[in-house]
Amino acid sequence: MSSGRVVVVGASMAGLRAAEQLRAAGWTGAVTVVGDEPHMPYNRPPLSKEVLAGKASFDSLALTPKASTADVEWRLGTRAVAARLDERAVDLDDGSTLAYDGLVIATGMRPRRLRCSGPRTGRHTVRTLADARGLRDELTRPGVRVVVVGAGFIGCEVAATAVGLGVTEVTVVDPLPLPMVGPLGELLARALLRRHEERGVRFALGTGVAGFEGDDRVTGVVLGDGTVLPADVVVESVGSVANVEWLDGNGVDLGDGVLTDEWLRVGGRPEVVAVGDVARFPNARYDGVPRRVEHWSIPTDTAKHAAKSLAAHLAGRERESAPFAPLPTFWSDQHDFRLQSFGAPVLGIDDVRVLDGDPDGEVVVGYHIGERLVGVVALGGHTAAAKAARYRTDLLKQPTPAVPSTSTSTSTSAVPSALTVQGASK
Amino acid sequence: MKVVVDMNKCQDHGQCVFAAPDVFSMDDGGHLLYVSDPDDALRDEAEEAADVCPLQAIRIED
Repeated sequence: MSSGRVVVVGASMAGLRAAEQLRAAGWTGAVTVVGDEPHMPYNRPPLSKEVLAGKASFDSLALTPKASTADVEWRLGTRAVAARLDERAVDLDDGSTLAYDGLVIATGMRPRRLRCSGPRTGRHTVRTLADARGLRDELTRPGVRVVVVGAGFIGCEVAATAVGLGVTEVTVVDPLPLPMVGPLGELLARALLRRHEERGVRFALGTGVAGFEGDDRVTGVVLGDGTVLPADVVVESVGSVANVEWLDGNGVDLGDGVLTDEWLRVGGRPEVVAVGDVARFPNARYDGVPRRVEHWSIPTDTAKHAAKSLAAHLAGRERESAPFAPLPTFWSDQHDFRLQSFGAPVLGIDDVRVLDGDPDGEVVVGYHIGERLVGVVALGGHTAAAKAARYRTDLLKQPTPAVPSTSTSTSTSAVPSALTVQGASK
Repeated sequence: MKVVVDMNKCQDHGQCVFAAPDVFSMDDGGHLLYVSDPDDALRDEAEEAADVCPLQAIRIED
């Protein structure tokens, strides 16, 4: 069973992994990958760190496709503008149409932008290689003053990198009272704030941005309380928006990314799957509530599972029986320390306990629902991951709760509806 | 099968150790050790390790 074509829309890591995993799952038919960037798939975590610091070239970021994908057709610099799922066709911005037997949705996210008055020039985001190169050129100007809006992972990584580059004025603004407090909770957020401040990052917390000053380009950031922070460069790291507009009109739930079932199938169609950041899937390891997960490991995990279910359908075989149950993991390198996480800390954020060490030094923190450990985060040097590994095993061994998952969940569960660590190591 | 790790890229995340404990390990200092010519029966787990390396520092060659 090898005739026909699978179209993968999105040519970042999730799209590449989907193509590779389709081959691994036995699909020998045609595969076409459509991507709007001009580049072959590349690794994004270094963008806010090594690339910004000038320590990594594009060659070192490029992902090397497996030999099994040698005959994959890459349609780069091309955007999908519409999908007609009933007709199994995708329309591209060059006017052509791709008919498919199987479709993989891998269009990911784009940065959310601030809708404030003032000039656009001097305002940056960090999502693509072009973004990182543009920002690097500005950060290396002598005497530059930088304001980072958003104290999530990307914001804190960029601030740390800027300080490392020798920028003396770096201020991070956030309406919340502590950096990264949403995904990590207060205990670690306080430890992180102190570490950043000790290394020269300033913070303006508990206040949002009201607007920007300047004529042609930004000269200052106006905060909600009226304070103006002088700025030559602004970095907006205020979350992301799913690239789903091209799927409008097909009756698919696009409320927050693309809703899938536990086999990553979309809209009740076995020939359509979603992978990567854009997929909102139930995780049988937890509670069956569909969530998007913006962690680096998710494109690979989702691609493997989705490719198996799609390849089985296309070959007329039964899909495998186990529902998707990945163990999420993320890390973040900032200054000279690393955060390393396993599991789903945000689900247990109301019960945070120190498992090992001390927040002033190396520490491993556990997140609980009742007595169940649902996530661990280690903070420390590069050996922190090894310290957390013991707890990773505990997380993996725990029995999966027997909560029936449903792809049409309208759960009123008290847990957050988005297990989203903003841009963690993307 | 040959396993090649770019040790200039490696930052000791340890994800490969989880994926392929028969091929990769950490020494007491948290630094990577690996078998460069593992048995072909370990190919799947070695490929998995290459996929999950955050630095994409691992190559599997025939």
